[in-house]
Amino acid sequence: MTNHLPKVDVVLVGFGWTGAIYAEKLTAAGMEVLALERGPWRDTPKDFATTFAQDELRYYWRHGMFQETSQSTVTFRNNGAQTALPMRHWGSFLPGNGVGGSGVHWNGQTYRFLPSDFVAKSHNAERYGPLPEDMTIQDYGVTYEELEPHFDYFEKICGICGTAGNLRGDIQKGGNPFEGPRSDEYPNPPMEMTFSQDRFEAAAREMGLNPFPVPSANMSRAYVNPLGLQLAPCTYCGFCEKYGCGNYSKSSPQTTIIPVLMQRPNFTLRTDSEVLSVEKSADGTRTTGVTYVDTSGERFFQPAEVVVLCAYPLENTRLMLLSEIGTPYDPQTGEGVVGKNYCYQVMSGARVFFDEEYTNGFVGAGALGMAVDEYNGDNFDHSGLGFIGGGYIACYTTNARPIESHPVPDGVPGWGSEWKQSVRANFLKTTTVGVHGASMAHRSNYLDLDPTYTDRHGRPLLRMTYDFTLNDRRLTAHITPVAEEIARGMGGREVNVAERKGSYDSMPYQTTHNTGGTIMGNDPQTSVCNRYCQSWDLHNLFVAGAGLFPQNAGYNPTGTVAALAYWTVAAIIDQYMADPGSLVQA
Amino acid sequence: MRRLALITAFCGASFALGEGQAQELSSSEVERGRYLTQAGDCKACHTDIENDGIPFAGGRALMTPFGTIYSANLTPDDETGLGRWTREDFYNALNEGIDDEGRHLYPAMPYPYFTLMTRQQTDAIFAYLQSLEPVQVEEQENDLPFPLNIRMSVSGWKLLFFDDEEFVINPDRSEEWNRGRFLVDGPLHCGACHSGKNLLGASKDDEYLRGGTLQNWFAPNIRGGENGGIAHWDEDDIFEFLKYGRAEHTAPMQRMGEVVAISTQFLQEEDLRAVATYLKSLDDTSREPEEAPETARLEAGEGIYFDNCAACHATDASGVPYFFAPLGTSNKLHAKDPSTVIRIILGGARAQPTETVPSMLAMPPFAWKLTDTQIADLLTFLRNTGDRRSGAVSAEAVAEMREYLAEEY
Amino acid sequence: MSFPTRRKILKSLLLGGSAMAAPSAVFGALYGRGEGMPWEPMKGQPPYYGTQEDNFFTVEERATTAVICARLIPSDEDGPGATEADVISFLDRQMAGFYGRGQHWYMEGPFAEGTATQGYQSEHPPAQLYRYALAELDNYCRDRHDAAFAGLSEAQQDEILKGMDEEEITFEGVSAKAFFDLILKNTIEGYFADPIYGGNRDMVAWQYVRFPGTRYDYRDFVKHNGARIDLPPVSLMGRPGWNSPE
Repeated sequence: MTNHLPKVDVVLVGFGWTGAIYAEKLTAAGMEVLALERGPWRDTPKDFATTFAQDELRYYWRHGMFQETSQSTVTFRNNGAQTALPMRHWGSFLPGNGVGGSGVHWNGQTYRFLPSDFVAKSHNAERYGPLPEDMTIQDYGVTYEELEPHFDYFEKICGICGTAGNLRGDIQKGGNPFEGPRSDEYPNPPMEMTFSQDRFEAAAREMGLNPFPVPSANMSRAYVNPLGLQLAPCTYCGFCEKYGCGNYSKSSPQTTIIPVLMQRPNFTLRTDSEVLSVEKSADGTRTTGVTYVDTSGERFFQPAEVVVLCAYPLENTRLMLLSEIGTPYDPQTGEGVVGKNYCYQVMSGARVFFDEEYTNGFVGAGALGMAVDEYNGDNFDHSGLGFIGGGYIACYTTNARPIESHPVPDGVPGWGSEWKQSVRANFLKTTTVGVHGASMAHRSNYLDLDPTYTDRHGRPLLRMTYDFTLNDRRLTAHITPVAEEIARGMGGREVNVAERKGSYDSMPYQTTHNTGGTIMGNDPQTSVCNRYCQSWDLHNLFVAGAGLFPQNAGYNPTGTVAALAYWTVAAIIDQYMADPGSLVQA
Repeated sequence: MRRLALITAFCGASFALGEGQAQELSSSEVERGRYLTQAGDCKACHTDIENDGIPFAGGRALMTPFGTIYSANLTPDDETGLGRWTREDFYNALNEGIDDEGRHLYPAMPYPYFTLMTRQQTDAIFAYLQSLEPVQVEEQENDLPFPLNIRMSVSGWKLLFFDDEEFVINPDRSEEWNRGRFLVDGPLHCGACHSGKNLLGASKDDEYLRGGTLQNWFAPNIRGGENGGIAHWDEDDIFEFLKYGRAEHTAPMQRMGEVVAISTQFLQEEDLRAVATYLKSLDDTSREPEEAPETARLEAGEGIYFDNCAACHATDASGVPYFFAPLGTSNKLHAKDPSTVIRIILGGARAQPTETVPSMLAMPPFAWKLTDTQIADLLTFLRNTGDRRSGAVSAEAVAEMREYLAEEY
Repeated sequence: MSFPTRRKILKSLLLGGSAMAAPSAVFGALYGRGEGMPWEPMKGQPPYYGTQEDNFFTVEERATTAVICARLIPSDEDGPGATEADVISFLDRQMAGFYGRGQHWYMEGPFAEGTATQGYQSEHPPAQLYRYALAELDNYCRDRHDAAFAGLSEAQQDEILKGMDEEEITFEGVSAKAFFDLILKNTIEGYFADPIYGGNRDMVAWQYVRFPGTRYDYRDFVKHNGARIDLPPVSLMGRPGWNSPE
């Protein structure tokens, strides 16, 4: 028996970064907005206070910050010949749960994709000739120029700390010379760098590269954002990524948007409410609202004029599949769109061990780093290399949390006395030069519904079929040696290279950058959403998150996720509300 | 420069929250009356906030040292409110502390302060209250022990402690100063909390605005002149604190947060600046330095401070102005009565969100993490840094507060 | 669109919101509606770390496990090992709690042996895996060496552990490799976790590797320039320096 509730203008499924962004803009425009969040209410003083946030076991290893796999997980296999099995506990990625989502436990590395990333297909095909057939990359349908004001606004909402490299076409010293033109400087100066970044910077300059401070959502100074919310200076506590911030110094939905939202009478949030499906009208042209269940076990139908999926790419894709919206992707035929083009990130690096000097990793922050972008996107000539795309190379100092970070040089056994002594000897004397490689879409990497495993409501889990592709392998093989070269110039005792070899392993942590599944584009035959992130099938359904990316670039996704959200919500307010209907004629 | 940038950022961001004014504000007297109720913070006590009560309909439980008193219904309901009162009745209430039947009002209603208001002012307040929608409420019995539950007993108190004064302008002082004094001693009734009290709950003249204890909070010394509790604040600081709920040195929290949220943030700039001028003129006697505590306690306290507090309040206790209070000069920390800081450390605190500054910076509770002795040592250390000697804090004081909070929450 | 009355806004200004009781049978908590951010004194999620009395292992299991831990992270002249850190108490409490039960994990069937990239696929939650594996380990040792694992020489113990790690030694009912990977991971956890969980006693492991613990402000040290930083470690419940001598 489903209880019917009073209609609202907009219902948001999920309340992380994109939920908060949509809610703030839509309520400011006068709409009645309801957000439904599967997890609990979370806020700084109660849930990530400075008195207990720095608990490595509880928040990382016992997953206190993340979605419980017992509540919902995904099944995984490398390819279609295998049987997908559940990820019984998380490993390579850590989806969030509760108010703020993964926006609470992210690092804060906030980049903009390159202009060429948004037209990866046409740009690369034009420059290098036809791309391999099984590389199913596409153009986004929206350009960097169109998104630029939204990148700028998100950076101001967050107080991103950095230094511009390209200010309105003028290349600035000290910034990233390859970035797309910015209309304005960063709202805050870069963070103060530590020893490892200084060594990286010197080594990179020696090689003729242009190192720049990583744009950081960890505050370099006290800041008040355009909504009047206060962010305090980061204290380099080394408990950033995978943890909540206790002293308001990391941008998150809680610190940058939510307190203002809570004062608006036309905004309502229901926590502990999990959306089970998105309902359609009888003629199948519109969504009528969502069905959700709360902790009593009772089901509710929440009608709405507009529904926005803000539940993270994996859950967004699953909801569309479960609700039978759009044609599911079939890897055999290549037809269909929902679940298509699942991508990830190709990570590798070179680890430096020092003899005399201490890198003191515990003096760290999630986005404290220096990077070079010479090998990202199409910033270098790929002729004859056999791959497209690239990644930034960076030296971060984020932590020295010992359960997580106790590296030993190659050749040291994995346990025993020799291991223990090596752990101690190297504990505070090591850093990594990492490659954050792009992930190009491939026809055999996709998401669909698992045939066997279900969640506690009996709904099929999402099945992830994914492995590294030829493009990935060539990309990482080409760029990792550059990281190694930089590492060797940093004055350490030895350098160990951690290549990305073999199949994608779902267990060791890599990144929480799951993209694709609900991709945007110009053609309803090959994308789920149009360039306004509006479903081609149901004109009052919009989708948020990195699920929109037709392929993943060589950067962290959050900046671009947010820009797309601001871009779309502007279209909803300026165009859709006055004249509901498809914003793009196919 | 930085202060300006921060406050400009706040102002630029303000969203007109608005409270949805009563629709009947057609006459200027009603408007004046409304403003005076804002200054007097009437709504705060006369609304059962904890239970989502209707504004001005009374029923809020006010904990006094003598028992619980429930506030009266000020809406013009004939049976249970002021529907049958006259302007004369209302003036007598505020001016002399008697109701329409001639019974004494308990001085929980701060008529010793409101007595300074003129007949014209009380008439304006009355006009405003009469313009509200009448709300019928259930009367609640006050919970006072004998003989205090007999209103006649108040007459003795009034004989000793209450003067039906008029406000007298001091011709040697500026108009602004006089306006400030009128507001502070009249509608704003700051002394009701911030002045020391005697055992029968009356303000002591020599403790005027030097701090007072109420409901297990210590409202600090707010004299701004030489040696005063806020001697290090300038007039802009006082203005910002009252108007925006954020100042360089601290933010209003909890009880004072309530005052800023309901009352002072809505007052006009010139009135708040008048208050600032007046407070800055109040000198105080210098305090005798207390005995220096044992080194062992100071060392322990320093260690605790560095490990627990520096992440917000900075290693040198300079905090982050407008965000996290600088501690070296804090009038709450160095108060003779450390109740407020003990309470904050145990239970946490949050900076009051206002219309201009919506963020809610909060300090987490430490009750589960630090023992009574540790908190006492921490406070002892902080009260004796630099050249301050504000005395030690005992573990017993912390234990008492801990027990109180455990019962309350 | 209905807006709440002024009184709700009033409440929000003062007390912050609190989760409003939702109407009728709706159980999800309600926020927003102009109520402001909820806040109450004394509220928080301090760590729950089980109790000293929580235990899972039998006497024999505890003995065997303690010995395994002592081989994985041995005590030597260089510094303390799992024994000094009391990792066994950590493991006992973990196995007795939600982690041992696999309560937060997806433990629905069907179960199958996964590929190397599919992670933990045992049908047994950690505590059960330990139980079965420890029994099988001791049986294996009694068969080969006429003594339980704890009774063997250190060299023999190391060799057996190595064999499990390299999948030369297998068990019948459960995967020896899966057990080895799990107990190594848990031992490292118990060695390095905050002492409130029972291991890393007196922060010996943090002192050993020079990790300053749960500090939250290193602004004064950002420009360390490669120099050593000497800070005694702090746990969530403090360090000795917090207590003045009585």
